Amino acid sequence: MQIDLRTVAIEPRRQTFDHLARRFGDKPASRYQEGSYDIQAEENLHYRPTWDPDQEIYDKSITRIVMADWHALKDPRQYYYNTWTVARARQQETTEANFSFVESRGLADSLSEALKATTLKVLAPLRHAAWGANMNNSFICGYGYAAIFTQAAMFQAMDNLGIAQYLSRLGLLLGDTAALEAGKADWLHGAAWQPLRHYVEDTFMVRDPFELFVAQNAALDGLLYPLIYGRIVDDHLSPQGASAVAMLTQFMSDWSVESQKWVDAVLKTAAAESEHNRALLREWAARWSERAASALLPVVGLALGDQASAAVAEEMAAFKARLGKTGIQI
Amino acid sequence: MSTVFIALQANEETRPIIDAIVRDNPAAVVNREPAMVKIDAPGRLTIRRQTVEEELGRAFDLQELQVNLITISGHVDEDEDSFSLYWNS
Amino acid sequence: MLGFAALYPTYGLIWKWNKRKENEMDMKADKKKLGLKEKYKLLTRDLGWEPTHHSIDTVFPYVKYEGIKVHDWGKWEDPFRLTMDAYWKYQAEKERKYYAIIDAHAQNNGHLHITDARYLSALKIFLQAISPGEYAAGKGFARLGREFPGVGTRVACQMQAIDEIRHAQTQIHAMSNYNKYYNGFHAFAEARDRMWYCSLPRSFFDDAMSAGPFEFMIAIGFSFEYVLTNLLFVPFMSGAAYNGDMSTVTFGFSAQSDEARHMTLGLECIKFMLEQDPDNLPIVQRWIDKWFWRGFRILGVVGTMMDYMLPKRVMSWREAFEIYGAGNGGALFNDLARYGIRLPLEWNDAVKALDHMTHQLNLGLYQWSFGTAFHTGIPSEEDMAWLTKKYPTTFDKYYRPRWEHIKKLKAAGKPFVNTGLAKLCQVCQIPTPYTEPDDPNTLCLRETEYKGEIYHFCSDGCQRIFNDEPEKYIQAALPMPQLFQAPLNGDIGVWMDWVGLRNGTDNGDYDGSEDQRNFAAWRATATSNQ
Repeated sequence: MQIDLRTVAIEPRRQTFDHLARRFGDKPASRYQEGSYDIQAEENLHYRPTWDPDQEIYDKSITRIVMADWHALKDPRQYYYNTWTVARARQQETTEANFSFVESRGLADSLSEALKATTLKVLAPLRHAAWGANMNNSFICGYGYAAIFTQAAMFQAMDNLGIAQYLSRLGLLLGDTAALEAGKADWLHGAAWQPLRHYVEDTFMVRDPFELFVAQNAALDGLLYPLIYGRIVDDHLSPQGASAVAMLTQFMSDWSVESQKWVDAVLKTAAAESEHNRALLREWAARWSERAASALLPVVGLALGDQASAAVAEEMAAFKARLGKTGIQI
Repeated sequence: MSTVFIALQANEETRPIIDAIVRDNPAAVVNREPAMVKIDAPGRLTIRRQTVEEELGRAFDLQELQVNLITISGHVDEDEDSFSLYWNS
Repeated sequence: MLGFAALYPTYGLIWKWNKRKENEMDMKADKKKLGLKEKYKLLTRDLGWEPTHHSIDTVFPYVKYEGIKVHDWGKWEDPFRLTMDAYWKYQAEKERKYYAIIDAHAQNNGHLHITDARYLSALKIFLQAISPGEYAAGKGFARLGREFPGVGTRVACQMQAIDEIRHAQTQIHAMSNYNKYYNGFHAFAEARDRMWYCSLPRSFFDDAMSAGPFEFMIAIGFSFEYVLTNLLFVPFMSGAAYNGDMSTVTFGFSAQSDEARHMTLGLECIKFMLEQDPDNLPIVQRWIDKWFWRGFRILGVVGTMMDYMLPKRVMSWREAFEIYGAGNGGALFNDLARYGIRLPLEWNDAVKALDHMTHQLNLGLYQWSFGTAFHTGIPSEEDMAWLTKKYPTTFDKYYRPRWEHIKKLKAAGKPFVNTGLAKLCQVCQIPTPYTEPDDPNTLCLRETEYKGEIYHFCSDGCQRIFNDEPEKYIQAALPMPQLFQAPLNGDIGVWMDWVGLRNGTDNGDYDGSEDQRNFAAWRATATSNQ
């Protein structure tokens, strides 16, 4: 029997789950709210981790940041798995079309050898920095508290991996496997890259998820992306005829602007919570961003030469202004 | 010999894939269950890109299998041209 | 929903791009042609490097203490070579299909298409007990995505981490519409942390999360994915389709396609450990023994859902286990035999339990149903005839007479309720409802004295697991003793508020419940002009 159920108007017995009704009232909840609030276990954790018996399985005190409610750290993009995946799939299509465009028109081959060399010298080793970012964001997801914060960190980790892979494909396209080999050799031994690699390896030792968030997502990537994709690719290489490179790195430029919204919202909420948090964030942001700026200077120098210091100083000033808007003055 | 299997959602997209599996794996047994099709084969089952493309009438990337895959049993060996499930015993 | 025709431009473009790239590379002598495997290696494991500023042991501090020896992480094989671009593309396609179906389900009163609202008990258990486990698994894999030194291994774990977040969220979203009309779904977050039967899966996942990275892989990758989810998502979801629940079928099948990758990861990890060093064999075997049994205990719940909660059934729990448990698991153990792996210690106990487990658990759930946020019920004549057919050696002999007795009590106005508190198993946390493997008339109880305390177990398997790691299991948060401590102090009404259970609507017999009345009334409105 086929029945037409659409015509039946039924009064719902309730609008949402109890935990969401407590937070927002009994009204229909968004899918972001349903998928993000209170979905991590909070109570009656059964056993202490054998890998670190000083911690609980889910533990707010792994970080020194203190929040009355970690669910305050919501993502302004309202990414849950679906919205994040669908957004990235769209960007992926554009990126694929860009790669295809550059390839089919032989744009890579039409780059001058000098431009190609500079592009590869700067971009090929960066895939390892993106891999470091991936590892760190996986840590933030793994040891941070509350799904609303940690899911966004996992999406960030996968974005970092996607970027590392796009950089690898760019290297293959412009210089085949030799470009990746040279990039890795530079990352490991090239003088210009050692301060940055040292920075990244030091972040591997940071086991406070929020400090790591500041060191990686705010300080390092807050300077690296504007410097590399803004100053070098868009402002320096493109005008010389390397707009193909800008096409291949469009994902990174767009992503950086978008993910900063999340980073800023998290910092702003955490800083507004207490003076204790603000002071910690100020200290972390100052220390890591100063170090990130000096680690990036020789890398930027590979493309910009003696204009590198000015570029880094300007981006550092912009970064400080950005952070100031989140209530963190450094 | 142990059985390997693959289960796919029963829909228009998987019909040509199932036809291709049947063509390439004469020992495969197709079981149609509610909303899914489960294909068993003794020891090994291979999906060939070329056969799927013939059935489908267009280019096919074996990773498209992900979209309608339900489950598998066996070790996986995948490259551009084929996707195989197998047991060593 | 997009069909392949609509997708063709995208896929076709990529395909052409690959072809063009191959042709181009063929023409240029200085460019190597990269196969999928080689390209995947460059795009994943080549990203990693050995740190020089800090020792590898300080960067990856948790990877050695379990005793697993790894000599070469490069030997790790990546079975599914998904780069992020392909991952986004195919997962987004799955997501679009899935949400199109649950949107339609919500808009068209899809909940009235199910065979009978008693079916919803299975979904209520799913949301309270299984979905939080998906989330926990995701969290655990995020940790592994950081803690394993192998790059390929880390990437695989990270993909599983976001997949598991996906599963938790798609499940909540699928149930959200049912929650608006039916009882028992609304307090799943409280139930996860406080409900007595939820501490079964919670203790399982907490056990995995508090273990080291390699054991976690066995717990989730092997036990949960390989032993459990095939049973959970394949025959159970096929059952959901049979019962007209398209939103659940869709999340089930859509999730299981990720599980296919996850099972392969679990299997790869076992092989990898065994191939790296012969000293790993006894450790891996011990974990397989432990997690097989822990997984089997959770399966009792899934089996009961299949045998007793689906109004229309595709296959019995026993038949499903023969295909996906014994068949599939057996094939796995045959395959691993060349490394020296044998069947799990309690395999025979599991086989002996097949004809009893779901019947015993369902009898338990019925008598404790005052304390469950789902309904139970007495099987109908038709249901019992089916159970007789599916369990010819046990149902009529042991279980039908009990149901007949319970039916008489109910007819006499004295429904059978057990408000006594059962002994909880210290390991799996089941209120010991099961009988001896070789004697279906004797309850199976074991105990161990440890540091002057007596601990109770439901089976030899759980006792052995405790004896291997007593310091871990004495920490278990046991829900029954909690009931007698402050702030509950043994008050059932206070306990119900605390777990979010609404007495009279969420719990008890389905027969006579508000869910039953509403479903009947709504269906009647839908099928008549009144």
